[in-house]
Amino acid sequence: MAPRSQRTLKWLVGGPPFLFLVVFFLLPALIMVVASFRYPGEFGGLAPLLPARPGEESGLTAESYTVFFGDRVYAEIFAKSFGVAALTTLVCLVMAYPVALLIARSPKRHRDLMVLLVVLPFASNFLVRVYAWMIILGPFDLLFSRFAVIVGMVYVNLPFMILPLYTNLEKHDPALLDAAQDLGAGAWQRFWRVTFPLSLPGMFSGAALVFIPVLGMFAIPEILGGKDDWIVGNMIKESFLGTRDWPFGSMLSLMLTVAVLAVAGATSWLAGRSLRRA
Amino acid sequence: MALLEIRNVTRRFDALTAVDDVSLSIEAGEFFTLLGPSGCGKTTLLRMIAGFDQPDRGALLLDGMDMADTPPEKRPVHTVFQSYALFPHMTVAQNIAFPLRMARRGDVETATKVREALAMVHLEDKGQRLPHELSGGQKQRVALARSLVNRPRLLLLDEPLGALDAKLREEMQIELIDMQREVGITFVFVTHSQSEALALSTRIAVMNRGRVEQLDEPSRLYGFPKNRFVADFIGKINMLEGELAGTGDQPRLRVAGLGEVAVRAEAGWRAGTAAALALRPEQVRIAPAGTDAGLPNSFAGKVRDFLYIGDVTTYIVDLPNGQRLQALLPNSAPGRAKFFEVGDAVTVAWPAEAGAVLAQ
Repeated sequence: MAPRSQRTLKWLVGGPPFLFLVVFFLLPALIMVVASFRYPGEFGGLAPLLPARPGEESGLTAESYTVFFGDRVYAEIFAKSFGVAALTTLVCLVMAYPVALLIARSPKRHRDLMVLLVVLPFASNFLVRVYAWMIILGPFDLLFSRFAVIVGMVYVNLPFMILPLYTNLEKHDPALLDAAQDLGAGAWQRFWRVTFPLSLPGMFSGAALVFIPVLGMFAIPEILGGKDDWIVGNMIKESFLGTRDWPFGSMLSLMLTVAVLAVAGATSWLAGRSLRRA
Repeated sequence: MALLEIRNVTRRFDALTAVDDVSLSIEAGEFFTLLGPSGCGKTTLLRMIAGFDQPDRGALLLDGMDMADTPPEKRPVHTVFQSYALFPHMTVAQNIAFPLRMARRGDVETATKVREALAMVHLEDKGQRLPHELSGGQKQRVALARSLVNRPRLLLLDEPLGALDAKLREEMQIELIDMQREVGITFVFVTHSQSEALALSTRIAVMNRGRVEQLDEPSRLYGFPKNRFVADFIGKINMLEGELAGTGDQPRLRVAGLGEVAVRAEAGWRAGTAAALALRPEQVRIAPAGTDAGLPNSFAGKVRDFLYIGDVTTYIVDLPNGQRLQALLPNSAPGRAKFFEVGDAVTVAWPAEAGAVLAQ
C-alpha cells in the first residue's frame, strides 16, 4: 500500500475515536477546570463570567480552593477515602489471587464458564446487590459501619481484580514452572520466584481498576455506611446535588484526579524501581 | 553399574502406548541420544527421567536407586527445555543463579559459579541482560549454563537446537560436544534429527512407536542398521528387495529383473526367505557405461536425475528392472570436470560386503 493511502486509512480508523475523546473527555475536563474557578450560581449552576447586574458575584475566583485548603476536614476526608480504597484494593487482591490462579490453572474447557461465573453478578442491578448486603449484614448488627462499607466495596469490585489477574496468569508459560521445579524449586518457591513476580503487571492493573473507582463511589457509603461516614465521592455528589455549589464540586473532582495521578505515578515509579532491583 | 537404568518402562495415555516396555542403561560420561520421529515416545521417556511423568510399569534407577518417589525438584537431573524456558523477569545472571539459590549455596559460591558458567558459554558480558534482549543462540547458551551450573548427575536436552537456524545449529553442536567433554556430565539428548544424533552421540537409541528399534554407536547404526525402520530413518538408503539364495559361504540375493546380487553372509540366513539389501548411496560406485570396476555386483543403468550438493553429487540411476538407485560421487577428485548428464548410460557397482541384508 502506498504511504499516502496508508496515512488516510490511519486517520479514518483512528480519527473518530480521537474526536470522541476530545469532545467528550478533554473538553469536559477543561470545562471542569474553568468551573472550579467560578462563583456558584444563585440556584445552582454557575454565576455568569460578566456581571449582568451590579453587585452580583461574577468572574473568576479561587474561593473553592481557599475553602478546601483552609479546613483540615477536607484533607481528612481525602485521607480516609484513600484508606478505604487502599484497604478495599488489598482485600480484593488477597481474595482474587487464589480465584484467578484456580481459573488460570483449570483445564481450558472449564475456564470460560468460570469467568462467566465471576462476571455473573453484573447481570443484576448494582443497587439491588448493595441493598442485598443490608439484608445479609442487618441481623449481625454490622450495618452502617466502616466494615459494611468495605464489605460492599470489595463485593462490588472483586471481579475487576480477578479478571486482569486471570488474564495475566493465564498467559504464563507452563514450561517456566517445569523449569523451576526441574532446577530444584519446591511448590512455594515456584510460586514466590516465578508466578508471583510475573503476575505483578496483572496485580497493578487490577489495583488501578479497583482503587480509583472506589474513591468516587458514593452509593455504597450512603447505603451501608454510618451516618456522615463520607468519602470523596459523597462530597462531590453533595456539592452538585445537595448544596448546589458546582465550583466546589468541580474543584473536589479536580483535586481527586490530581491525588489519584500522584498516587498512580508514585506507585508505578516504586514498582519500576523494585522490578529493576529484583 | 550404569548411571541410569531404565527397566521395562511402559507408559500409556488412554489407548496410546507412548513408551512400550523400554529397557536401556546409560553409562556415566556418555552423550546418549534418543532419536525418533515425533510421537515415538522419546519425549515421554525424557519426562519420566526428569520426574514430570511416572511410568505405569517398570522402574528408573539412578545410581542404582529407584526414583519413583523422588519428585523432579529432588532429582540430580536438570533439563534444557525446547523453548529454553528462561525466566523472563530475571537477568541472565539471576537465571543461572537460580538452581544454586534453590540448593542454598552461599552468596560467594553462587557468584563464583555464575561467573564460571557465563565464561563457559562465552557470555561474560551479558550477565545483566534480560532474556528478551538475547538472540536465539544466546538464550540457548544461558539455558545450558543454567542447567549445568549446579553439576547435575544427568543433563537432559529436549530438542534444544530445534529453534536455531542451520548454521547456528552446527556451531552449537560443536559447542555441545566440547562442553560435555569439559564438564564430564552425562547428557541425554532427544532429537528427531538423525544428522544431529550421528554428529553428537556416543550411543543412539532409535525409537519408534514407543519401542527401541536399535541401540548402537552412530557408525554401527549407520553402517549396520538392524531393520528397515532404522535403515530408512537414518541417512539415505537404497532398498533392493529380493529373495535369499546361494550357498552358505556365498550368499546371494535374487532380485527380480536384475539377477543375483552377491551379499555379505548374515548369521542365520536361510535360502528362500524374502529379504532386502540396504545400500548407502556412497557405497554405490558410478562410472561411464562399460567400465569394469572389478566388483562382483555391476549393473548397467541410465542417469535419470542428479542433485548437485556442492561437495558431492547424488545421481539417481534407473536400473533395468525399473528400480531407482542413488549413487554418491564426491566432487573432490583431482581434475574432475566431467559430470554425468541426464540420460547418460552408466555402470553402477558395489562390493559384496557393502550394505546390510534386512529380513522382511
